[in-house]
Amino acid sequence: MRFLFKTDYEDDIRLFPHSGYVISYGVLFALLLIAPYALSSYLMSQLVFVCIYATVGVGLLILTGFTGQASLGHAAFLAVGAYTAAYLQQFNVPFPLYFLAAGLLTGLIGALVGFPALRLQGIYLVIATISFAFIVEEILARWESVTHGNEGMRVKMLYLFGSAVPRDSPAFYFLCLAVLVLTIVGALNLLRSPTGRAFVAIRDSETAARSMGINVSLYKVKSFAISAAITGFAGCLFAHKLSFISPEMFTLQLSIEFIIVILIGGTLSLHGAVLGAIFIVMIDPFLTYLKDDMPGVIAAISTTFGISKERAAHIQDNIAAFASLNGLKGAIYGVIIIVFVLFEPLGLYGRWLKIKLFFQLFPLYKRATFKRQKIYVKSERNR
Amino acid sequence: MLDFVQQLVSGIALGCVYGLIALGFVLVYKATEVVNFAQGDLMMLGGFFAFTFIGMLGLNYWIGFAGAVAAMALFGMLAERLVVRPILGYPQFSIIMATIGLGYFLRSVAGMIWGTDDLKIDTPFSQGVVRVGSLVLAYDKLSVIAATIILCTLLYLFFNKTMLGTAIRASSENMLAAYYMGIPVKRVVSIVWAISAAVAACAGVLLAPITFIHSNVGLVLGLKAFPAAVLGGFGSIPGAVVGGVLIGVIESMAGFYLPEGWKDVAPYIVLLAVLLLKPEGLFGLHIRKKV
Repeated sequence: MRFLFKTDYEDDIRLFPHSGYVISYGVLFALLLIAPYALSSYLMSQLVFVCIYATVGVGLLILTGFTGQASLGHAAFLAVGAYTAAYLQQFNVPFPLYFLAAGLLTGLIGALVGFPALRLQGIYLVIATISFAFIVEEILARWESVTHGNEGMRVKMLYLFGSAVPRDSPAFYFLCLAVLVLTIVGALNLLRSPTGRAFVAIRDSETAARSMGINVSLYKVKSFAISAAITGFAGCLFAHKLSFISPEMFTLQLSIEFIIVILIGGTLSLHGAVLGAIFIVMIDPFLTYLKDDMPGVIAAISTTFGISKERAAHIQDNIAAFASLNGLKGAIYGVIIIVFVLFEPLGLYGRWLKIKLFFQLFPLYKRATFKRQKIYVKSERNR
Repeated sequence: MLDFVQQLVSGIALGCVYGLIALGFVLVYKATEVVNFAQGDLMMLGGFFAFTFIGMLGLNYWIGFAGAVAAMALFGMLAERLVVRPILGYPQFSIIMATIGLGYFLRSVAGMIWGTDDLKIDTPFSQGVVRVGSLVLAYDKLSVIAATIILCTLLYLFFNKTMLGTAIRASSENMLAAYYMGIPVKRVVSIVWAISAAVAACAGVLLAPITFIHSNVGLVLGLKAFPAAVLGGFGSIPGAVVGGVLIGVIESMAGFYLPEGWKDVAPYIVLLAVLLLKPEGLFGLHIRKKV
């Protein structure tokens, strides 16, 4: 085990605490760079969605994970970003410009949502963000002169510096990856700055933060604005990736998916956003796999264990029928959420930390290190 | 004028539907400070149970009704035991997520078992109308209004006049203190879930002739009942019904007098406005926070 000797504050907030980080992230980055030349086009397309979802996840983490303000309205922010991009694109605005505009406008709207949210807490905030998302969805469906209503909008091909970037080209993937990496680096820098510390202080105790001289209202609005702006940038890429957007894409379902991203990934650190995004996006290919290959594989395994041919065929049919059941995806989502909340509240990243610590401390690891403290509920109404 | 009254009455009937579902939200919240996002789905499941008993097994309507309510009460206890109890006392957000997960699960499993078609139950209220002057009131809507009033009164009396009701209120104020006073907090929580699932089943059965039963009905109505509960101040039983009626009336008025599209968002706009002016809802208590 490596012991870091920190002598000043600079040591404590370093982005790469020691050389191991540089090496492992360097290898990861190199793998991501060669990915388009090694993976199938379907997996590449999924990887682009991972980048977009992870970007939204980072935005949501800043708000929910680090400032402690729950939001079930991020699909609306994504929609604002996507529609801004699609609308400005009609007037031949160049990509960098409408990309920035999408982020800025969404950030502005995020700040506007942040102001009323100052007075709300807990469940009331959740409801208010849901209401906001519904209102945005309805506006998108009705404001036909701008959004073309329920017919949706076609998004033209992306042109960057005069050359076309088709939505399934490696170049588009690199663009999404660049946005994701920049977002993560930006968020990391934000979180180790005084602003980020203020966010965390507000999450841990609003009263304590206020008594330390933090302007709680200002920082909450800032957090909303930053989170929304990041989601807006992601929305612009999302629109290009889908090449067609309509209001019914940005429903509560999508907001819940974003929450699942950070819940499954873990709200401890930004790693969670990426891990969660990989998990959510890969559910679809996994289900396809389950449907197509899994029955055969299981039947083959059962024949090797001495089960008769007819019985194996029977098992294969049963599993195939189960895998193609309607709504299996929803059930899997539900079970995953419940399992994570009950058994792994720190998410995938928390699991990784535990595994890492297990090997670092090898015979001395004890479970209680990560035990959650249980509190008896006192009424929130009295808070 | 007649239009107005007709809209008002149908708004109230619709509002009672929301109120019935909101009652379930409020019950669970009142006892455990848990917001149960799966409440609408419990209602949906109640409807499906009733369909199984009445439509498929051919039982008498009232026996089927009672059977569905009893089955849902058991189911509510089971859900509480499996999903909620292990995380009781952890941050509210994890519990919200767990109930959202439960909702997902129930919706898709119900879709797998009962299919995705709209199902219908024959009830004594399915046909027939009452005419008051030139007003037309359908039996099925009146039955919802009557059931809401009865349930609301019963629950109000239960919470304020019985020992168990007082125990529930006590454990909602402070679980540890209630436990010291000899209240079996865990059993109380499980009873509350049973009651709220039973209320949801009542709502589901009564709604069956109006909205039909399909696996998404809970999600749609649950999201409308949510503002109702918030508007009423989340912790108040009469508040839930008043909030529900307000939302229902606003919705039907907006649908009639305002251009298309306002009907669906008007409740949420009103909700946001109320939350801005009175963040604790119309009937919420506001007690200063002690640090």
